Amino acid sequence: MIGLEHFIGVSSLLFAIGFFGVLLRKNTLVIYMCLELMLNAANLALIAFSRYHGGMGGNVFVFFTITVAAAEVAVGLAIIVALFRKRQTVEVEELNALNN
Amino acid sequence: MTDIFFYIFSILALACAFGVVFSRNTVNGAMCLIGTFMSMAALFVLLEAYFLAVVQVLVYAGAVMVLFLFIIMLLDVKESAARKTSIYTWAASLIGFGIMVIGVVAINSAESIKTKTANLPVAEGVNLKNFGYELFTTYLLPMQVTGFLLLISMVGVIALSKKTNTQ
Repeated sequence: MIGLEHFIGVSSLLFAIGFFGVLLRKNTLVIYMCLELMLNAANLALIAFSRYHGGMGGNVFVFFTITVAAAEVAVGLAIIVALFRKRQTVEVEELNALNN
Repeated sequence: MTDIFFYIFSILALACAFGVVFSRNTVNGAMCLIGTFMSMAALFVLLEAYFLAVVQVLVYAGAVMVLFLFIIMLLDVKESAARKTSIYTWAASLIGFGIMVIGVVAINSAESIKTKTANLPVAEGVNLKNFGYELFTTYLLPMQVTGFLLLISMVGVIALSKKTNTQ
C-alpha cells in the first residue's frame, strides 16, 4: 500500500535532482528549468501532506504556488532575454561582470 | 492497482528529471521536463487533487513550457555542447546531491512519517466547488495579493522587454 513516505520520497528525490542540475549545468535556461523542477517537487510534497492530513489547506497553497511560479517564469525569462541581448550569451561562466 | 500506477509514474518522473539534467540539447531537456510535469499531474490524480492535476497540465506543461521552448528556440544557443564540465563542478554537484539523498533517507526512515493507510481520512472539500468557496472566503486576501502580483509581473515583463535606446 502506498503511504505518505512514498510520495515524500519521490518529491524529495525530484528536489535533489533539481538541485543537482542547478549545481551541474552551465546554461542559464537549463538551470531555470531545474529550479522549476524543485518548485514542482515541493508542490507534490504539499499535496501529499494535505491528502494524508485530510484537509485542503495544502491544495489551496499549491494553487497559489503555481500562480506565483507562472509569474516568476515570465519575469525570469524576460530577464534572460534582456541579458542575452546585452551580453550575447546565456552561459553562467561568462556572466562574470560583478566578479572582482 | 494504485500501487502500480504510483510506481510507473514516479519512475517516469524521476527518469525524465534525470533527462533534464543530463541532456546536452536544451530542447530535449525541455521535452523531458514536460514528461516530468505530466507524470506529476498523474501523481496528483492519485492523491485525489483532480483540479490541481488539470491546473498542472494547463499552466506548467502548457503555458510555462511553451514559453520556455519559445525562449530556447529564440535564443538558439549552440555552444553548450562543446563546453566541458570541470571535475570540480562534478564533484561539488555529486556531493550536494548525495547530501540531499541522505536527507531523503533520513526523513523517510523516521517513525513519525509512517502512516497507517488503513484509517486514511476521506478527502473532503477537494472538489471544485469547495475549492472556489475556500478561495473567496478563507483565502480572500492571498487571492487578491496574487492578483496584484500577476499585474506587477506583467508590468515588469513589459518594462524588461521594451527596447531601450538610452545611449
